[in-house]
Amino acid sequence: MKKYISLLLILFIVLILSGCSKSDEDGNEKKFSTAMVTDTGGVYDQSFNMSSWQGMRRFAEKTGAKVSYVESRQSSDYSINMDRLADEDMDLIWAIGFSLADVLKRAAETNPELNYAIIDYSYGDETLENVTGVMFRAEESAFLAGYVAGKTTKTCKVGFIGGIASIVVDQFEYGFRAGVDYAAKERGVNIEFVSQYAESFSDAAKGKAIALKMYSHGCDIVFHAAGSVGVGLIEAAKETNNFAIGVDMDQSNLAPKNILTSALKNAGQAVELVSTKLMNGEKIGGKTLSFGLSEGCVGLPEFNPNIEPKVYISAMKIKEEISAGNIMPPANADEYATFKEKYIN
Amino acid sequence: MVEISSEYAVQMRGINKSFGTVNVLKNMELDVKKGSIHAILGENGAGKSTLMNILYGLYHADSGEIYINGEQKYIKNAAAAINMGIGMVHQHFMLIDKFTVMQNIVLGKEATGRFGILKTRKSRKKIKELIEKYNLDVNLDAKVRDISVGMQQKVEILKALYRGAQLLILDEPTAVLTPMEVDELINIMDSLVKDGKAIIIITHKLKEIKKSADECTVIRKGKFIDRVKVSDETTRSLAQKMVGREVRLTVEKSPPKIGEKIFEIDDIHVRCSRGIETVKGLSLSVRRGEIVGLAGIEGNGQKELIEALISVRNVESGTIKLDGVEIQNTSPANVLKHGVSVIHADRHKYGIILDFTVAENAILERYRYKPYSERGMLNDKTRDKFTEKLIEEYDIRPKNCENLLIRSLSGGNQQKLVIGREISNEPNLLIAVQPTRGLDVGAIEYVHKTLIDLRNRNKAILLISLELDEIMDLSDTVAVMYDGAVNGVFKREDVDENIIGLLMAGGQENEKCC
Amino acid sequence: MKNVANIFEKPVVSTMISIFLGFLVAFFILFVTGYNPYEAIVTFFNAIFSKPKFITNVIIKSSPLILTALSAAFAFKTGLFNIGAEGQYIMATIASTVVGLVFNFNPIIQIPLVILSGVLAGAVLGGIVGFLKAKFGIHEVITSIMFNWVSLYLCNYVANSAVFHKPESNGTYPINKSGISMLFYEWKFSEQGRKFLKNNQFLNEVLLKTDLSLNFLIASAVAVITWIIIYKTTIGFELRAVGLNHYAAMNAGIRVRRNIVFSMLVAGALSGLAGALTISGTSNNSVQVLSVFENNGFNGLAVALIAQSSPIGCIFAGLIFSSLIYAGQAMQFKIGIPSEIINIVIGVIVFFIAITRIFPIIVEKLCRRESRNAQ
Repeated sequence: MKKYISLLLILFIVLILSGCSKSDEDGNEKKFSTAMVTDTGGVYDQSFNMSSWQGMRRFAEKTGAKVSYVESRQSSDYSINMDRLADEDMDLIWAIGFSLADVLKRAAETNPELNYAIIDYSYGDETLENVTGVMFRAEESAFLAGYVAGKTTKTCKVGFIGGIASIVVDQFEYGFRAGVDYAAKERGVNIEFVSQYAESFSDAAKGKAIALKMYSHGCDIVFHAAGSVGVGLIEAAKETNNFAIGVDMDQSNLAPKNILTSALKNAGQAVELVSTKLMNGEKIGGKTLSFGLSEGCVGLPEFNPNIEPKVYISAMKIKEEISAGNIMPPANADEYATFKEKYIN
Repeated sequence: MVEISSEYAVQMRGINKSFGTVNVLKNMELDVKKGSIHAILGENGAGKSTLMNILYGLYHADSGEIYINGEQKYIKNAAAAINMGIGMVHQHFMLIDKFTVMQNIVLGKEATGRFGILKTRKSRKKIKELIEKYNLDVNLDAKVRDISVGMQQKVEILKALYRGAQLLILDEPTAVLTPMEVDELINIMDSLVKDGKAIIIITHKLKEIKKSADECTVIRKGKFIDRVKVSDETTRSLAQKMVGREVRLTVEKSPPKIGEKIFEIDDIHVRCSRGIETVKGLSLSVRRGEIVGLAGIEGNGQKELIEALISVRNVESGTIKLDGVEIQNTSPANVLKHGVSVIHADRHKYGIILDFTVAENAILERYRYKPYSERGMLNDKTRDKFTEKLIEEYDIRPKNCENLLIRSLSGGNQQKLVIGREISNEPNLLIAVQPTRGLDVGAIEYVHKTLIDLRNRNKAILLISLELDEIMDLSDTVAVMYDGAVNGVFKREDVDENIIGLLMAGGQENEKCC
Repeated sequence: MKNVANIFEKPVVSTMISIFLGFLVAFFILFVTGYNPYEAIVTFFNAIFSKPKFITNVIIKSSPLILTALSAAFAFKTGLFNIGAEGQYIMATIASTVVGLVFNFNPIIQIPLVILSGVLAGAVLGGIVGFLKAKFGIHEVITSIMFNWVSLYLCNYVANSAVFHKPESNGTYPINKSGISMLFYEWKFSEQGRKFLKNNQFLNEVLLKTDLSLNFLIASAVAVITWIIIYKTTIGFELRAVGLNHYAAMNAGIRVRRNIVFSMLVAGALSGLAGALTISGTSNNSVQVLSVFENNGFNGLAVALIAQSSPIGCIFAGLIFSSLIYAGQAMQFKIGIPSEIINIVIGVIVFFIAITRIFPIIVEKLCRRESRNAQ
């Protein structure tokens, strides 16, 4: 018996000593440090969290800053995790996704000496001095996607599936619609646009049902801004051999032959940009920053085998136009009306 | 001690086996001659089954040697035992209900051709030969669930023979058979032995040993006591060897003082869980001061009858009256309230809760009444006091066991608690179902005495048992249950075992036994 | 040697030893996967004990676990496996949120109303499962698993529904302030409150930086009440009898079916209380779209297992479990150990605690071998 106990103890001591032998390598000089709190998707969610973390890592590589993340398992972890980071004397604390908006606001109130930033949310006029909202001009990438769709469609009918109506989904819908109109004008044809909402961001079955209906009614390209609902759309595109357009990430891996392109939203790029700004001493608090094509935070993937080269080249020209401010893709119904007046009619 | 020799089918020497801290077998030995029937006699828990399980490869001995046909062998598992020509028929048959007799026999040892295709004809021929040789008459194409228990036993024997058994172990083979089926089994065993096979039967029924066995090994508390020629012994001397003291094999009782009718079952019909009617118009009555014994073979509707009597199961039609009040289709609680107490055959399943303490088991039926509980709160003090009283009165051991789990008590002491609990209810009617099942001789004596005492105190007792001996010993009135109905009611002194045995098998009283 | 064996048979000692062994193996896993185990363990304990608010957070997080564990333990006493604790918890959060949003009474009425509605929702869900088991013999595990998914999707439906969905968010609006049971909720976030708390380091941490509420006290009180019900009342006597041997219970005149329904009803109510207290007493105060189960119920089963279904044990097991989860997250972000490895480490520790019972047996075996060798 004693043999066993002593064996265990020795093992334990060896492990402890081996742990101690690694010396701390931190110098005295304080490095710029930033960290992010994920939402319940976790850091490898194939979406915003992952993209943000990638951006943060790039930032660390370029500048030598210290970066880290905290994963939230439950929504009740949000406030605890925000508070954990506050303890760490971070230069900038990121919240990934609008789910954390309330919690971040409260944390910023409690710790006015710390800097906070949030992806995909704007506090508008109520933005605190130490908070930066980060929004994307998703309408720009949606416009490009719409333009490609308008140039590609053979049936002259395209569709859009939305999740639940919100500012962000509006950006996608009206940007896309404007792009389609712009291409129709160039082609000199009339392209019909249909739109339907799934009232969900998770019901893939419903997404598939809506998509199948759209395809059977003559649409040959359907775009979505509906999270996991889009998985159903992509399945339907595969089954009926039509095109779907992905969103947020390059979704071509889900159906390589049936994804025309994807309207990217590169959260990581924004994280990198904003962090760099703060590190360089720029004042970023108290406002909402918006990022689009010109900053490289939205756009189309570099590699689009399903787009005809001609179409892609003209799409790149449109991209230049947007970046230069010559075309202003609309982000909501009002802007869309103005846009139509200005460019189409 | 005999020499190791090839004249013996099995010889075991110095077998020790313990489970945890309990030594189940101590320096056990066994010698079984080829071409003989050898009985192993011992009380419950003496170690009979453990010894046989070691021989069959299910357990391994801590130490000791096993010789098969004079050669020392190590029996790794049951498959190895079968290969050495050892076959075992367990007390609970290991047959698949939905398969035919034939399929059950060949199962796992099918004759196959190329690609594993079954060669049924070849197997069938082999089985037919066995059937003719040993008079094991069974219908090979019947499904096992459709044949009688006696038939199923033959199937088990065939199964062992088909696998080439030279030594056959039968564990309590007569427990589920009618007297006539027992005779048939003995004939089969004789023809097997004539063919040079050896048979070991495990039993605690002395009469059957006298009838069938050539030799007998007696074991007591895991120790070898004696090996005897059966023809040199009487049942009494065998019993004495088994228990280790003088026992009374018959029950002493005074003539009954029979009072008025108190319990009346009138033409009840009950369906079993599968929806089949298993009690078909049963009528029976019990009077004060008498023990009515209801004999019958398992599976004739006893289970459903008992459940109906205590309102666990509803009757389709008919009435059950206690003191003139109908109590059928109410609830177990109501039946209890009317003063019916039950001692169940399977006390572990129906009578006690093994993981409750002795005290909790003692109040299992009265916890909801004052003074055992008040306004929903249990009163542990009155509970313990009551339990202490039972322990004292019914000599439950160990003393001061009220807060031990009842699991840790021996079977006999558990049964004493059940009986004490039920009798202390001062019931109008006590239904005792196989009250001595699994008890040793000493405990059986005690239970029988208690039942007679209760009857002498002018209570009514309905004794339902599969053990014909028990019915004959205790009853004042004997009834026979066959196929869901009562097949005859007699005063005890008017009948003998032959008549009852005939009725149990579905015969009529006036039919003479062949 | 016998003395050693006796010491090992004490549950407290063997639990401590199993926790120690669990950490030892965890240590080894961290070492093999290339992380500094010493740093990890130090971080682990610092994350629990180094600040008052850490301890407070562990206590806050333990409350729902204690209650769902009680739910599992209660059902288990009746021989039922309440894998539906998860669904009952979710259903309660839905009910509490909806009631908390629709009504707006005085807190004295509103808080109990919000909590009761959750308890009721859990009880109904559990009760249905019990009823289906008692009446039609449908196994509770099957119906419970179905209800877990029903609850999950209902939660997502409510979180996305036009009436309750908060725009630009993943869930509903938070419940009306009158239903929030965090201590000094409005005061502590006001100018005045913040100013006052600034001057008191301890209160500032414990009040302002955590969701301090009475949840833990309620959960502990409920654990004690559960213990009394199970061991000191006729109801508990019946439940235990049914759980251990329902045939014997039935023959003793105990109504088995009624007890099954009752047991599931109470188990559901306990899980429901966990959900209701979470909505009322921890931040967000709303339901969010769930892509996967949050495991409040399933973890409760693990806690009940650690506690060996003892109601009082559930309090301590809940605290241990919530420390593991809470400190595990700290290990993740302070040292950068991926959450997968942390989950393995937590799993190993829980595994060792769960098999506590084998240690006395092992020790006894070793003792016996030693005595045999001595001979």
